[in-house]
Amino acid sequence: MSDEANKGLLSPLRRKLLMGMAAVPAITMLPKASFAQAPATSAVNTTGLAVTDTEVTVGILHSATGTMAISETGSIEAEKLAIEQINAMGGVLGRKIKFIQEDGASDWPTFAEKAKKLLVNDKVAAIMGCWTSASRKAVLPVMEQYNGMLYYPTFYEGLEQSKNVIYTGQEATQQILAGLNWIAKEKGAKTFFFIGSDYIWPRTSNKIARKHVENVLKGKVVGEEYYALGSTQFNSVINKIKLTKPDVIFTDVVGGSNVAFYKQLKAAGIDLAKQPLLTISVTEDEIDGIGGENIAGAYACMKYFQSLDNANNKTFVPAFKKAWGEKTVIGDVTQAAYLGPWLWKLTVEKAGSFDVDKIAAASPGVEFKGAPEGYVRIHENHHLWSKTRVGRAKLDGQFELIYETADLVEPDPFPKGYQ
Amino acid sequence: MTDNRFFNRSELIGILVLAVFLVVVLPLTLDVFRLNLVAKYLTYAFVALGLVICWGYGGILSLGQGVFFGLGGYCMAMFLKLEASSVENTKIQSTPGIPDFMDWNQITALPFFWKPFNSLTFTIAAIILVPGIFALIIGTAMFKRRVGGTYFAIITQAVAAILTILIVGQQGYTGGINGMTDLRTLKGWDIRPDHAKVVLYFFEVGLLFACIMIAQFVRHSKLGRILVAMREKEDRVRFSGYSVANFKIFAFCIAAMFAAIGGAMFALNVGFMSPSFVGIVPSIEMVIYTAVGGRLSILGAIYGTLLVNFAKTSLSETFPELWLFGLGGLFIAVVLAFPNGLAGIWGDYVQPRIDRLIASRKSKPDGWTDSSVADGAPAE
Repeated sequence: MSDEANKGLLSPLRRKLLMGMAAVPAITMLPKASFAQAPATSAVNTTGLAVTDTEVTVGILHSATGTMAISETGSIEAEKLAIEQINAMGGVLGRKIKFIQEDGASDWPTFAEKAKKLLVNDKVAAIMGCWTSASRKAVLPVMEQYNGMLYYPTFYEGLEQSKNVIYTGQEATQQILAGLNWIAKEKGAKTFFFIGSDYIWPRTSNKIARKHVENVLKGKVVGEEYYALGSTQFNSVINKIKLTKPDVIFTDVVGGSNVAFYKQLKAAGIDLAKQPLLTISVTEDEIDGIGGENIAGAYACMKYFQSLDNANNKTFVPAFKKAWGEKTVIGDVTQAAYLGPWLWKLTVEKAGSFDVDKIAAASPGVEFKGAPEGYVRIHENHHLWSKTRVGRAKLDGQFELIYETADLVEPDPFPKGYQ
Repeated sequence: MTDNRFFNRSELIGILVLAVFLVVVLPLTLDVFRLNLVAKYLTYAFVALGLVICWGYGGILSLGQGVFFGLGGYCMAMFLKLEASSVENTKIQSTPGIPDFMDWNQITALPFFWKPFNSLTFTIAAIILVPGIFALIIGTAMFKRRVGGTYFAIITQAVAAILTILIVGQQGYTGGINGMTDLRTLKGWDIRPDHAKVVLYFFEVGLLFACIMIAQFVRHSKLGRILVAMREKEDRVRFSGYSVANFKIFAFCIAAMFAAIGGAMFALNVGFMSPSFVGIVPSIEMVIYTAVGGRLSILGAIYGTLLVNFAKTSLSETFPELWLFGLGGLFIAVVLAFPNGLAGIWGDYVQPRIDRLIASRKSKPDGWTDSSVADGAPAE
């Protein structure tokens, strides 16, 4: 565990934690603990979680049915794969991870109900789950009330921070700012046209993007349009784009609407090779539906692409395909979901305990060197330090890495000057 | 059996059995988590009860009850959200003291129509009156022009769709697709801990029985008979000098108000309100509860709601990826095999046996023919 990352955490909790960690070797010497390296259950679980001498239970809570199933299936698969790999390596504190999967059914109250069931009935030690902001907002009060631990994988709008959540995706400023800087510099872009789906994430993201364009890049936003979720008619906005001729089209349209949007864009004669388009919502998963030929040339700004060329990713992609089929693609969120179980395991080992309070306190500074996106580290605010990358969509549905930030970008869920 | 009595003997027994079941059996056998789930199911029972009057007796199929459930729920949620958005709770926002979603949407002052919801009295009145008046307007517009049957059902669906779009689109004022989350206290009383859930459960059961009494009264009054007559032969009732439209409006309004009470209880029990209860799909689901329970039976609708929701929860917990098929199969099986739902099964098979048993003990066969039809087919 890196000590320099822990500088900020000089709380009494940390002292307690260190004392607890110091006690761990002593506990293993007790006759009760017959397992090698497996500390006694009573020592690592003081709050009645589902931990036995050989097993620890976690929950997986995503939509396996309903409109979000198409997006969330990748996350379920990634989390199961991570758990399998951790178990193959001997588990966590000498205990195998067992998971209970619940279906949020693309329905936010169902998410809340199932989260409560996992925490109250099953006493799971952690929950890997949620995808949309709406489902997270529904689950958050439950996590806080019953003191659970949620690992949330999606890039999201920020403006939130909780002791009971680790955000393994990027928050808005991490995802957007570096991408806008890059495109402004590279393409000399001055005018931007924003198009988004009409809900909290695109609206907040565009708010941040607008402030950045106007105040930092000294550019101009020439249009900002929103469409209801699931909308398929983009002709009027495409006409406006043709009239205003922006240097960059900036989009955060989500889900199935993307298919219609890019097809209509192409049909209207807008050539993405000449007209720069920066999206923060299209991953390899979405391109599967859009079709590579309709989106080739567009730029996407996020933290992970399946095509990343590093040692971790070269073992991760084949392992994922082996587990879930050759044809599956891995998008940004799927990778972030894969981080959840690993970060939890590393934090448990750092804390020497499954107790949620100790895990929440031990999380800052936890680093995962085996992440497919490269090195990541948990910040004091429970978000991840991560690089921002820009990729260019190719005909085969993959992204070609064009640019990445030199250093990890600090997560800043409550950005000053952007609200 | 006289007209002005609330219930006959077998109905009284049925209500007592339900009361024992809800007040004694469930709280003693379930832990607080499951009991809270039952409380959530029962909020839909209010809607199902309204549908029995409106659809079962009045023959008016409304596929938009989610609208009224939602209006009631949103009224309650607005009050709770305002209380949860005190200045000290929302210090982190750019404008403290307004609900968090308004802050995210760059709204800097509380909109005027939110202000009255600072008062609990106003909120309670609004929970009943807003949906009631809305139903009155729709009902008057439709029934006075003799729009009925399928056309009415389609229009109620359209209303449900419109309201969903409105709520999602005006997210600065309504919370959009996220809904209103993180509701915490009612007049300073924390609604989240376990003991509060138990108190809310019993309060809700009490309300439900009040609504059952109203439904019983409607059913046994002359009004209920006219509703049934209207369902069977609307023109005859009209030619007899009754204003058919007014009776329909009345049934529709009652159903709307019941649904709204359910919605308000939902917001209290679940601490949550979102547009996913307002749209077409939840509205149709609510009709299914009634259909499974038996649309002609007040108590059947309540058992139907409990059964369907229980099946939904347990199937989805056991088979997270396949449960929807199981649930769909259940609906099809019940509706195909038993058009009158659970109450139909009871009335056709179980009740006659019980009656025969009682009758064979008592030589006097008084009333049993009456009660054997009472549950399944009222006043036919």
